[in-house]
Amino acid sequence: MRRGGSGLAAALPLLWLAVFFAFPFMLVGRLSLSDTALSIPPYTPRIDWNQGIAGLQTFARGLDIEAYARLISDTLYLDAWLSSLRLAGIATVLLLIIGYPIAYGISRCPPALRQALVMAVILPFWTSFLIRIYAWIAILKPAGVLNIALGALGLPPVDILNTEIAVLLGLVYAYLPFMVLPLYAVLDRQDHSLIEAAQDLGATPFSAFWRVTFPLSLSGAAAGALLCFIPMSGEFVIPDLLGGSETLMLGRVIWTEFFANRDWPAASAVAIALLATLLVPILLFERQQKQVIA
Amino acid sequence: MRRGPSTFNIASIVLGLAFLYAPIVILVIYSFNASRLVTVWGGFSTRWYKALLQDAQMLDAVWMTVRVGAVSATFSTILGVLAAIALVRGGFRGRTVFAGGIYATLVMPEVILGLSLLLLFVSVGLPRGFWTVTLGHTTLTLAYATVVVQARLRSFDRNLEEAAQDLGCPPWKAFLLVTLPLIAPAVAAAWVLAFTLSLDDLVIASFTSGPGATTLPMRLYSQVRLGVDPKINAISTILIGLVATGVIATYLVQQRAARRGDQRS
Repeated sequence: MRRGGSGLAAALPLLWLAVFFAFPFMLVGRLSLSDTALSIPPYTPRIDWNQGIAGLQTFARGLDIEAYARLISDTLYLDAWLSSLRLAGIATVLLLIIGYPIAYGISRCPPALRQALVMAVILPFWTSFLIRIYAWIAILKPAGVLNIALGALGLPPVDILNTEIAVLLGLVYAYLPFMVLPLYAVLDRQDHSLIEAAQDLGATPFSAFWRVTFPLSLSGAAAGALLCFIPMSGEFVIPDLLGGSETLMLGRVIWTEFFANRDWPAASAVAIALLATLLVPILLFERQQKQVIA
Repeated sequence: MRRGPSTFNIASIVLGLAFLYAPIVILVIYSFNASRLVTVWGGFSTRWYKALLQDAQMLDAVWMTVRVGAVSATFSTILGVLAAIALVRGGFRGRTVFAGGIYATLVMPEVILGLSLLLLFVSVGLPRGFWTVTLGHTTLTLAYATVVVQARLRSFDRNLEEAAQDLGCPPWKAFLLVTLPLIAPAVAAAWVLAFTLSLDDLVIASFTSGPGATTLPMRLYSQVRLGVDPKINAISTILIGLVATGVIATYLVQQRAARRGDQRS
């Protein structure tokens, strides 16, 4: 296991990623260029390997960009694309605002307590995502827990289930641990003597925080933002259960095209469009992770 | 010395944790509600738990989910340990691409992963069912297992393994006899994490499963769409209890191992 052994260790996971991750993407790309058909599986053309070269030629002639043309001509897709990015963007900003004070607070606690608090933040992430989103339905529905509480306080009821507000709430709720942890990681690693130096030189605690701690924690903020934004923009469960029929997000569009409309080429084209949009954030995230490792 | 937490710090932590836990607590409380309505508290009752035991479809789904979780977690832990070794000890060509692939699965929207896996299974003619879901979940959880093991391996003292090799132990044996026992808590944690993620997954299971292979999240999802049902609260409470126990136990074992490690060094 001295040198070279690590390359050997990589072989199996690498093969796995190639077969179950990279290759399937090519299939999605190919299918997005196919036609919808009433067959099983529901698309044409399929490569007929028995015909050899002729089969491949027939296949290539059958490919077209119809699915993509529909993506552009039907405003449904554009609307879904825009609102996916908008909702994921707003949720990311909210997560930064809510997650930062929590992460900062934890980093200021005594070490023993810090461990337990980090554990407490992670624990909800381990319990079922679906169940936690389901829990919000009982809270937000018109006769739900929230309105009972508001009624007890003498406040007017609110009806936010099946709205974008509920979707944003669900996103922030589900992804909060993913924002707090990377922020905490950088805040915890910070060299505390820097703050002391700033204060020795006459900085108030607030300006020491604002001019030393905060700028140094931006890498954690970037990691958290990317770690949340990328999966959120393809989110399906949250918009489906908490959003109304008008809350369109690309994850939901892919699901509907696939399961309800059985339009596999359209679902694939939407997936490719989403992937293309996320390519830059994903590459940024990877560069970030590499810097953390280095 | 660091100053202790300020009032503002404590308030942010308390509010943050309240936000994270309140929905779960409410869910658990209402699983013991005698009334079918969420709005009405009809007294303490375990009737929904009894109803659950008579729901054969739900129990089938639980069994299916546990089997998929156990097998896929085992696969992904083995792959994760190998991947972590490769990433931490590095030095081979294509490491960047490899790391990129691992991190890409970590953030990839599940809908895309599910759709692409389904197309793979359709194109090779693999009948959809237990094995396709298991393969899908292994791919989904692989990156998480890798990250957990990688964190432990990075702080691992390489000298221990090299000492074994200097004493004539072949590399694979040194790994099995020296390294693996020492990183065992992290490996266990990786398995538990992969298992719970598999237990929890709706999207990939929906895409890759076939008739007769309904997992618990798939069944829950179809019921949730019909509305709030106290039986869902009951099974959720059981799941939350099991997962919390497992996670806290793993955490304590890791803590103890870490303390022992501190004393030794």
